[in-house]
This record gives sequence, C-alpha cells and structure tokens, in this order.
Amino acid sequence: MIELEGITKRFGEVIALDRVSLKIDEARIFAVIGNSGAGKTTLLRIISLLERQDEGRYLYKGEDAWSKEEDLKRRITMVFQKPVMFNTTVYNNIAYGLKLRGYTREEIKTKVAEMLELVRLEGYEKKNAKRLSGGEQQRVAIARALITEPELLVLDEPTANLDAANASVVERCIKELVGDGTTVIMATHNLFQAKRLSDRVAYLFNGRLIEVGKTERVFEKPENELTEKFINGELYF
Amino acid sequence: MELIFNGIRGAIELILGANPDVAEIAARSVRVSGMATLIASTWSLPAGLAIGLYSFKGKGLLKSLFNSMLGIPTVVLGLILYLLLVPSGPLGFLGLIYTEMGISFGQALLITPIIISFVTTSIESVEKEVRELAKTLGAGRFDASIAVMRETMAGVVLSIIAAFNRAVAELGVAIMIGGNVFVRGSALNTRVLTTAIQMYTSRGDIEMAIALGIILLLIVFVVSMVLNFLQSRFA
Repeated sequence: MIELEGITKRFGEVIALDRVSLKIDEARIFAVIGNSGAGKTTLLRIISLLERQDEGRYLYKGEDAWSKEEDLKRRITMVFQKPVMFNTTVYNNIAYGLKLRGYTREEIKTKVAEMLELVRLEGYEKKNAKRLSGGEQQRVAIARALITEPELLVLDEPTANLDAANASVVERCIKELVGDGTTVIMATHNLFQAKRLSDRVAYLFNGRLIEVGKTERVFEKPENELTEKFINGELYF
Repeated sequence: MELIFNGIRGAIELILGANPDVAEIAARSVRVSGMATLIASTWSLPAGLAIGLYSFKGKGLLKSLFNSMLGIPTVVLGLILYLLLVPSGPLGFLGLIYTEMGISFGQALLITPIIISFVTTSIESVEKEVRELAKTLGAGRFDASIAVMRETMAGVVLSIIAAFNRAVAELGVAIMIGGNVFVRGSALNTRVLTTAIQMYTSRGDIEMAIALGIILLLIVFVVSMVLNFLQSRFA
C-alpha cells in the first residue's frame, strides 16, 4: 500500500530522517518505535502529507503520493500526540470531516452518535471539546478521525498521555478499525503496546531505519544489536 | 476630598436626572466611536486576516510597523489630520474638519493598528495547528483557512472591544478634528465625552466632569461585557 524509498528529511542542519525505505501493507497495524527524536513523528507527518520529504519517493498504491495530494488528504487521517480541538462542541468537532464531504444533517447525526458510542463518550455532544480532559480529548480526536472512514489512519503516540482506562478504549478502537479494513500506522515508545497491537514494526534510531519486520520476530529475535538493546531497555542517552 | 465627594454626588444627580446635555454628549460619543470602529473594521479585519494567514516578503516589517503604531500619540495624529483636513489642506475638500464624521475618520485611523495587530496575533497563535488539523480531516486550503478564522473569533472580538475602547477614550483626535463644538439644539455639534470632560475640568465644573467620566467608564464596561457575552455565545 505504502512504499517509501530513500526518504530523507532535514530541518536546517539536523537530519530528521536519513534514507528511510519501508513497505507498509494494507489492513494491518504498523508500529514505528524508537526513542524521542528518532524521527517517528517526522516519518508520520510525511506519510500524512503534512511534510514533504527532501529526497526520496513516497508511493501510495504505486503512485507518487504528492501528485495526488488533495485526493489522498481525504483518505489519510492523522491523530496528533497532543490532541488539537476546535473551540466548539464535541459534536461539531466529530462532525467536521463529514461536513466537508457534504453529508446530510441526518447522516451526520447518526454517524456522530455511532462514533460517540465507539469511544464511550455518549452524552458529551454539547460539551465544549476544549474543556474535556486529555484522555477525553484524545478519544474525540480518534472519533473525529474515524468518522471519515479513512483508508489509512496515522496515530502519533495515541495513548502517550492517557490513563489505563482511556488507553484501553483507544486500543480497542484501533483493533476494531483494522478489522474493518483500515490500515493503521502508529508511532509509539510503548514497547508493550507495539507488541500487543502491531503486525509489523519498524525501529528508528537517529533518523535511520535500523530494523523492520514482523512484530513477533523483531521482539523475539532482533537482527540488529541496536534493536536488541532498545528492546531490552539497554540503550541509554 | 470634599470637592470629589460633592462632585460625585452632583454627578449622580445629573445622571439620574437624565440631564439632556449629558445624554446628548454620551450618545454622540458612542455614535462617533462606533462608526470609527465600523470604518476601521472594514479595512483592518481583512488586512489582519491576510497578514495572519499568508506568508509574504516584508510580513515581519509590516507587523513591526503596525505594532509600533499602537502607541501613536493621539495628539500627534490629531495634528497631522488637522493639517490635512483644514480647508486649505490637501484633504480640505472632503469637508471633514469639525464634523462627527471627521472625528470618526480620525479615530478609525488611530485604531487600525490595534485591530490589525490583535487579529494577526490571534491567527498566528492557532494557525499552524488548526490548519494542520483541518487538513488531516480532508480540508483543502480554503476550508482550512475558514477553520483558522473560526478559531480566531475570540481574538477578533477582543480586537473590536479594544479598538472601540481606545476610540471612545481618546482626546487628541476628537478635540483637534472635532473642535468640541456645542450649541444646544444644533445638528453640527461635535462635543464628545472626552472633550467635554477636559473642558468642564478646566472650567472648574467638577460635577459635570465626574458625571461624564462615570458615563465614559460605564460605556467602556458595558460594551466590553456585551461583546464578551456575544463571543461566548458564538463559541
């Protein structure tokens, strides 16, 4: 579904991504792991077409992704690590993507109700989204992303700031989503979560792709010494 | 202290007695400064939005210019406008000197930097994250810009409150362009609250000055509260 070939991204003198090449399959959960500053968010932003790579090619279903930018932006949705809320009600936040796509008022109402049930926020429709707790905001962000039924959902540390209960709701949503045919790419520094949820995993270190493979294999028999140290918690900075 | 207490007592009597001169001057102040805010908004809101939303060469310089104009002395602006608007001046043909519209025009120029700076700052504070959020949900450039503008509604309202308050409370432009003209029953009066306060104080009519001062403060508070209420309703 996604092919990255030699993706390089620089911010001034800093090389955030250094010739990263990856293939990501459809209807799977792909986890990107690595320490802070490894380049996970930059990789996700490029995949979400929020940042353009300096070098390399980004192919989406065999075609150059940037040449189909407008179309793909309606099929790829990203949820940020720190949820950003529109300063309006939960209902309007979740309905935003559907309004852009011209859904009728009745369709929107039905779908928003479904999403609120999915993220367990029934009865929150009229609350101002900015006044919710961090965990509730993250769930609104997930609902807002899911309601548009994206082909590809990109999640940047989706449970980093959540308590166990909120994290479990989000993880359940991710699993249900993949069952419905959506592809999920998620950055996480929670190794247990990567192991629990993902089918394939990529390990980034200082902007370089160190290892990629099936989750079980990478965690059980890492091929690279750095991966092994990272998984074992022996990589200090 | 006695002067102040007597002044306040007399002021309250003047307000409660609905003194027609006081009422006329207060109404003119609101009308003139309201018109100034309206005029300034027609060019300042689009300008603020454009500066906040788009990147272009010289943007930083333009922002610095408007920021530095925030503190322009009203007397200096009044003097410049007076020289431009007097009958022998280059803009004398407009016939704005010693008119309500002349004061509104001068106050509009005074508050232009306030609206532009507030709007620009409020857009820039949310622009990147809201634009990105809208894009990730499928918005194109236009829809993303609309989303950013919606998020800055509070900043826009604040800019209008600040601009009106600055206009209604300024003295320099009102006195130099308006001339503090007052003839009971005349349609050509230009006396507003600030010019009247200055005049009554210099004449020693402290009761009248305090009464007008209280009304000026009330106008500022009421306008701020009403706009804040409307803004919270919008949000």
